Amino acid sequence: MVWYATRQLLLVIPTLAGVAVAVFFLIRVMPGDVVVVKLRADGAAVSEETIQAERKRLGLDKPLYEQFAEYMLGLPRLDLGKSLWTGEPVIKEIVLRMPVSFQIALMAGIIAVLIAIPLGTISALYRDTWIDHAVRVVAVSGLAIPSFWLGMLIILGLLSLFNWLPKIGYVPLWEDPIANLSVTIWPAASVGYRYAAVATRMMRSSLLEVMREDYIRTARAKGVWTRLIMRRHALRNALLPVVTVIGLEFAFLIGGLVVTEQVFNINGIGKLFVDATARGDFNLIQGLVLLIATIFVLVNLLVDLIYGWLDPRIRLR
Amino acid sequence: MAGFGQGPIMKRLAGAVMGCAALMVATSLAHAQQPKHGGTLNFAVVAEPPNYDCHASTTFALIHPIAPHYSLLVKFDGEGYPKVIPDLAESWTVAPDGMTLTFKLKGPVQFHDGSPLTSADVKASYERIINPPPGVVSIRRSYYADLAVEAPDPATVIFKLRNPMAGVLEALASPFNCIYSAAKLKVNPRYPETEIMGSGPFTLLAHVRGTSWEGRRFAGYFEEGKPYLDGYKAFFVKSNGVVPGILGGQFDAEFRGRNPSEKAQLLAKMKDNLAVFESSWVNNLMIVFNTKRKPFDDVRVRQALSLAIDRWGGSEALAKISVLKYVGGVMRPGYAMALPEEELVTLPGFSKDIAKSREEAKTLLEEAGASGLQFKLLNRNIAEPYTPGGIYSIDQWRRIGVTATHEQLETKLYQDRVAAGDFDVAVEFQADFMDDPTAQFSKFLTKNASPSGYSGHADIKLDDMYDRQRRSIDPAERTRIVREMERYALVQAYNVPLLWWQRSIVNHKKIKGWYMTPSHYLWQDLSTVWLDQ
Repeated sequence: MVWYATRQLLLVIPTLAGVAVAVFFLIRVMPGDVVVVKLRADGAAVSEETIQAERKRLGLDKPLYEQFAEYMLGLPRLDLGKSLWTGEPVIKEIVLRMPVSFQIALMAGIIAVLIAIPLGTISALYRDTWIDHAVRVVAVSGLAIPSFWLGMLIILGLLSLFNWLPKIGYVPLWEDPIANLSVTIWPAASVGYRYAAVATRMMRSSLLEVMREDYIRTARAKGVWTRLIMRRHALRNALLPVVTVIGLEFAFLIGGLVVTEQVFNINGIGKLFVDATARGDFNLIQGLVLLIATIFVLVNLLVDLIYGWLDPRIRLR
Repeated sequence: MAGFGQGPIMKRLAGAVMGCAALMVATSLAHAQQPKHGGTLNFAVVAEPPNYDCHASTTFALIHPIAPHYSLLVKFDGEGYPKVIPDLAESWTVAPDGMTLTFKLKGPVQFHDGSPLTSADVKASYERIINPPPGVVSIRRSYYADLAVEAPDPATVIFKLRNPMAGVLEALASPFNCIYSAAKLKVNPRYPETEIMGSGPFTLLAHVRGTSWEGRRFAGYFEEGKPYLDGYKAFFVKSNGVVPGILGGQFDAEFRGRNPSEKAQLLAKMKDNLAVFESSWVNNLMIVFNTKRKPFDDVRVRQALSLAIDRWGGSEALAKISVLKYVGGVMRPGYAMALPEEELVTLPGFSKDIAKSREEAKTLLEEAGASGLQFKLLNRNIAEPYTPGGIYSIDQWRRIGVTATHEQLETKLYQDRVAAGDFDVAVEFQADFMDDPTAQFSKFLTKNASPSGYSGHADIKLDDMYDRQRRSIDPAERTRIVREMERYALVQAYNVPLLWWQRSIVNHKKIKGWYMTPSHYLWQDLSTVWLDQ
């Protein structure tokens, strides 16, 4: 297992290097100049001379190969450069926003697991009964309703019922759990619902498939209790694809909270990504793409390791 | 005819008079109340500045959170705009030839770190604006290029003009001309980008990038007894988060402006707790014709497209759904130097007889061989007020047989295209902190005279008139030149104003001592603001 994990971790390096090269060049195809956006934001008559001086100060006048070399040489030292918008190190900008996005994604994941596994299991066990239909309606609704729209409904609900909205700003969970949860629970619920819907559907179909396997039929023929069959044989096997879905959705959520963060005024990675793209802040976009790629790779690795734990045959192979 | 007649004008005038009366009553009531100390003002800002440097900025996103940290030499009066009143200056004199301005500073004034503020700091700050050291961005450098600053003693600052400059006092009252510490600038001329150290009524408590900006009362502020607030907190939110934020108690104010729909939503929910302020805004939308492209190099085509737009009817209709409201020329309607309405209506595109104007437009297009003209209208993909402005114009052109396709782009892509001259016709805007013609005409000039001369014309007559008004220190003579220039600009129609904006502020009524001006850049140092709670 250790060797497997080490090998997977080493594979991360060329993967990320490939991503870094691709993103550096692709992003420069994008039209738009961060300096023009910054200096002419409110329509000011800023001279071309001032614009060029600022481009020079930011190093945007250097040849592309030079910019590329600086960027690649910085990566091993985790130096992603400075934001072209704020002048702050990219790492600092990301680290500031990471905790809230990570927490919301984690909470959404927990909500998804807590909802999806029992609901998917019940739905499979009571297949084609009114219970199954009800669960499927809930799951399909979750897939059909965009998270940001649900977020807007939540905000409208809070305003209509309580004339209240959570405070703006992030307080770490360990400093003030109530203040923290009052801010994060709403976006987590709005994205968690969709997340749960995907996992519920997967859980149901996976469990139905497993329940048709020979070893389940054999266990039944031997008179083993249904509950025991479920716990010992069916659930564990049915969880394999569900784990994949949960893992990939989690990685997606870190960078995919784009609209939901805007709806709830959450200062997270998604909002940062939108702002960086709108401003043409190349350095920040590069850093964020690398971060998301890293998370995808690491979550995939984690999913592989959980596979090994759930199904020992995978470890042996 | 979609324009409005005598009735609506009278109604408008009556409304305006009543509005002014209500505002005066509200103002006198505010005066009657004794300011209370304490409390924190929470307000929203719908953008965040890239850094903290006033001299490198043109955005309200910097002014709203950062102005309370800095003093200016002089500033615009919140209650009596466009009057200029002292800030750090105690008094000033202007030489009879208008070429020298001598300011006496108040004393003692201290910076937030306790060091004294003297004329050396004012001099260093203005020199940073006029002759920025390498690496420092000074956006309005050319605006002040004719000024030389002297500090003969610690309490005196002298501005000497190399050439006559009209409106120099107003230019010095720019909210972006923050006074920095000369000692700190000497060590690091770029310190204002990353550090707040001024002499304004509030010190910086915290800036959480992407979320909020917090200021705390500066006990050593030079105006005794001020500021009244213990502190303030600005929240950086998206524009569509303002209404829910006020309704949900996240903050109590937003000082840029809200559109009619947002105002209605707020009033419907919490009318009893809100105060509404309204005024015309020193902002307008304008149509820019790319004169480098055919047929927009032909004045008849440009005039026809301006003639087709029913601004008076648009004013009625668009004011219901957007901030677009007032019909005006290059200068804000109502401003002392603007063309009077009776003269404006004689110029192409501003007549109230839209049927006649459109007939004239069709004739002009025919003469120019441009009947059935088709082009793309480049615009920002920002809903308010760019989208309604663009759609309205397209509809108006359709009525004379012209087909325009709306091409809405993200701001950065739009700016690239406009700056590169890669457009047929564009929807542009004009916004500044004051009405002064030197600021307001900048987009009407040739590219040689102004970097934002986007229409690309080469008509140096405009540049010449611009220069003459700028050098004319006799107000009557300057007004004459400005009006001549405005007439000429609207007839040549390289750029034509569409409509001027209305500024509506809807704040919690507990906020007192904040005064409405036609510019969202002014009166934001919060030194007079207090909470009635």
